Amino acid sequence: MLTKRIIPCLDIKEGRVVKGVKFLGLKDAGDPVEVARIYDNQQADELVFLDITASFENRKTLINLVEEIAENIFMPFTVGGGIRDITDIRDLLNAGADKVSINTAAVKFPDLISDASRKFGSQCIVVAIDAKKEDGGYWQVYINGGRTPADLGALDWASKAAKLGAGEILLTSMDYDGTKDGYDLPLTKAIAQRVNIPVIASGGAGKLEHFYDCFTKAGASACLAASIFHYQEYSVKQVKEYLNEKGVPVRL
Amino acid sequence: MIAIIDYGMGNIHSVQKALELMGAKTIVTNKPVDIANCDKAVLPGVGAFDDAMEELKKQDLTAALTDFIKNGKTLLGICLGMQLLFDISEEAKASKGLGILKGAVKKFEAKNNLKVPHMGWNQLKVKASGCPLLKGITENSFVYFCHSYYPQPKDKGVIASSTDYGIDFASIVWQDNIYGAQFHPEKSQETGLKILKNFVDLC
Repeated sequence: MLTKRIIPCLDIKEGRVVKGVKFLGLKDAGDPVEVARIYDNQQADELVFLDITASFENRKTLINLVEEIAENIFMPFTVGGGIRDITDIRDLLNAGADKVSINTAAVKFPDLISDASRKFGSQCIVVAIDAKKEDGGYWQVYINGGRTPADLGALDWASKAAKLGAGEILLTSMDYDGTKDGYDLPLTKAIAQRVNIPVIASGGAGKLEHFYDCFTKAGASACLAASIFHYQEYSVKQVKEYLNEKGVPVRL
Repeated sequence: MIAIIDYGMGNIHSVQKALELMGAKTIVTNKPVDIANCDKAVLPGVGAFDDAMEELKKQDLTAALTDFIKNGKTLLGICLGMQLLFDISEEAKASKGLGILKGAVKKFEAKNNLKVPHMGWNQLKVKASGCPLLKGITENSFVYFCHSYYPQPKDKGVIASSTDYGIDFASIVWQDNIYGAQFHPEKSQETGLKILKNFVDLC
């Protein structure tokens, strides 16, 4: 049976992990390979690396980092942040990323999704959507790291991205991100029902039940989380053992 | 020596590193002569079927691969690299496959809430316990999949393991000296590394 995935997300700046990853016994909490190894041992199903500098000068650093991760960690990983065109995508995939996550560029140039999925296959093209609920009750897509409303409904955009050839949607609720109140179940459910591709829910994980609810009530294929894992509130393994006890299929 | 065929379809770093970690000597190459000099080869690949076949043709690799097989050497196709071994694919608009294995490559139907691509960790059901790749691999071991198409061999006897995703599809195929894995052993942690070790240890 295909299992539900648990995906830790790491923010990368100039080739280093940032935003406090606090593992006991880690020699260097900023070394992405070392952090990836910890999650590998905890049986994380995938990893997501988000380059938050994403400037032109740092591209080379990021490529080197991706090569290093691919050569050391034998698990799938996605790289996102600042991807603008086909060349960026090719460079990251050639360096060893299994998938790339595209956000702003996909909204600005939707053809990038179709071009990239035709060229590299849908399975490696993840479209990241940052969504926020607006007055009137609809979910608005935001770009540029959540700073700019895109004048686009999240449901319609998800549907269009899937049609253009996206292989997966990485859905972040801006309303729930950082709250630890749980995933945005109505948003996740609405998107998961709308598209035929897997949806990764992101934003809001604080308790074990949150993962359970997101899989069973909202129909997510995967749950992404950052701080809950980085600060060792729970290990990936604990989350999966909990889900397993509750009857959610996970890989243990 | 294992030739890892680099024909411009996606990364080969992980495959190479994983094989080396399992004790293999490898060469990354797209030269027919290098391939002919090896006793084993891996055909990796992610991306579109047509593009991949185009690249193989452009780089004179189709004959190199069929000759390699004819000479009794051992080939492992991974993901798209496995699909290319078959006759045809529903993904292909222009190209035929290598026709080394008989059968077609089909697309998963997105029905009954089945999400396509088939993405994530799924289980191997052993069909041919004698398959050397599966040595020491227990029933229902998890491996990582990431694909929208799957192979449908004409001869069901070549199915060494199957996996359930809406339908029961061939996840490992094996015919004499030809092996194919629809999943990514190089991304499947211990189970994947064990499968690659079995490949490395093949005589």
